Amino acid sequence: MAQAASRNRRLLSRIGEHSTGIVASVLFAAPIVWAVLSAFKPAAEARLPPLPPWPTSGFSLENYATLNSFGDGLWVSAQNSIYVSVMTVVLSVAVSVLAGYGFSRFRFPFKDLFFILILSTIMIPFQSILTPIFLVLTKLGLHNTLTGLVGVYVTLQLPFSIFMMRNAFDAVPREIEEAARMDGAGNLTMLWKVMLPLVWPGVVTIALFAFLGAWNEFLAALVLMTDQSKFTLPVMMTALQSGRFGAIDWGAVQAGVTVMMVPCLILFLALQRFYIRGLMAGAVK
Amino acid sequence: MTVITAATPAPPRTRKVASRHQWIGLLYVAPAVALVVVFFLIPLGMTAWMSLHNWPLMGEHSFIGLGNYVAILRDTRFWNALRFTAYYTVIVTIAIFVVAFPLALFVERPRPLTNLYRTMFFMPAVVGFASASLLWSWLLNVDSGLFSPAAYDLGLIDRKFNLLATFQPAFWSIIAMVVWKVAGFTMIILMAGLQSIPQDLQEAAVIDGAGPFARFRAITLPLMRRTLALALILSVAGSILAFDQFYIILRGGPRNQTLTAVYWIFNQSFVSFKLGYGAALSMVLLVILVALSLVQLWLLRKPEGLD
Repeated sequence: MAQAASRNRRLLSRIGEHSTGIVASVLFAAPIVWAVLSAFKPAAEARLPPLPPWPTSGFSLENYATLNSFGDGLWVSAQNSIYVSVMTVVLSVAVSVLAGYGFSRFRFPFKDLFFILILSTIMIPFQSILTPIFLVLTKLGLHNTLTGLVGVYVTLQLPFSIFMMRNAFDAVPREIEEAARMDGAGNLTMLWKVMLPLVWPGVVTIALFAFLGAWNEFLAALVLMTDQSKFTLPVMMTALQSGRFGAIDWGAVQAGVTVMMVPCLILFLALQRFYIRGLMAGAVK
Repeated sequence: MTVITAATPAPPRTRKVASRHQWIGLLYVAPAVALVVVFFLIPLGMTAWMSLHNWPLMGEHSFIGLGNYVAILRDTRFWNALRFTAYYTVIVTIAIFVVAFPLALFVERPRPLTNLYRTMFFMPAVVGFASASLLWSWLLNVDSGLFSPAAYDLGLIDRKFNLLATFQPAFWSIIAMVVWKVAGFTMIILMAGLQSIPQDLQEAAVIDGAGPFARFRAITLPLMRRTLALALILSVAGSILAFDQFYIILRGGPRNQTLTAVYWIFNQSFVSFKLGYGAALSMVLLVILVALSLVQLWLLRKPEGLD
């Protein structure tokens, strides 16, 4: 009797737990799912409240086509966003791997000063130094260029990614290097052939954070990119949503939001392990 | 001469080679340092310098000493923005914790489907603030959105209600959106803290007859001090710099009541093009944030003993 009662109680509590979990999951996923599904409605239907969220009068890509007709179009902004994000990933990985290796394996003058300088940039928000960044870019002839924006984004990534990479290199036993040096490997060969294969999880983590950071950044892109042909997706979509291209087309907004969210979600789902790792590394510090 | 040579015997060759090797480290860190100098150190210095000037976008700038700072003292709209930012920060941080802490307790223990739940709760956190704001600006729209038409269709309200037209509903809509986007992130951090608490401590307390609430107060909370501090700091620092959601969803409205500090600086610098004044405002914000960082270092100090 007592055993059956306790089994029942356990079953009930398990049902309670999972219904809580499912309801909460649905709440968190709903806005994303709603936008992704609604984006496939024909334009006339997309103007109406999204009830139900899925298209009822036929599946359509009309909203994406409309989006491409605003200003310089979806495709131009998407290309800008891809360029900026990919360049940010490549450059921040290159710079941080070199710097992480340097800080981990060499002793040189001002080493601690440089390390603290780079880490301390995290204390000062870039929002407060945007105006001079704008002027510096103008001086460098990088005003209103995607390259200039990449420079800013890479710098924003440095404190986190150099910290990550230094720790990753610190964790590699020195014996491995000594053995390779016996075989006559130079510094760069060592880094490329011996060290990199050992620290690649760290590289994936910083690449992922760099991509998400650059892809999603809004304020710097809004301030620094003044020419429509240079807009990244968030800036272009905000211009559209503010009615800058005439009456607001909510179908186009749904399509644009989908284009902005889906790459982040796919990367996160595929590389979740690395993302959480990075989060923990940052948190444990 | 002979004395000197005698006093400094030539170091062994290997040592010399090794120290030259060490200098190469400078080359490795040079690109990073160069970027930080160009895009961080110089702009930081310029902010301080520009804040002492009348600096329009076009034309000559002129030195005006502390003029901008004196103007800030009289800039009631900036102080209003600062006050609103503080209010928003307090409310949103409480709201995030109220949602994230139960979620962290929920996903902390491994059981079937926990991983799936974690992933679901975390998904909005990887979507950008701009994307999330655009998405919610649609959901909150009175005619084409979701909330108001759905409430109307369900008969909860007798005519469509514009959530973004007045301060209270607009403000709480933003809070809901931010909690949706950020709670999963805070949850993961809190979860890491929970998992670092030794299981035997909890078990010993159970044997001593401590109830779940007593255990939470006497074991969980004290042992999570650093984690809680970290989650708190991330939330506070992020909220003080809030811009995207207020710009995209509300444009600072209704009636300029939701202008945040960063938003006001953006307006002064890049809408009115008062670059010097914007720089002075930035300096004020910067001082506030550096002060917060120092509090943060104190809160995150390593515990002494078991503290």
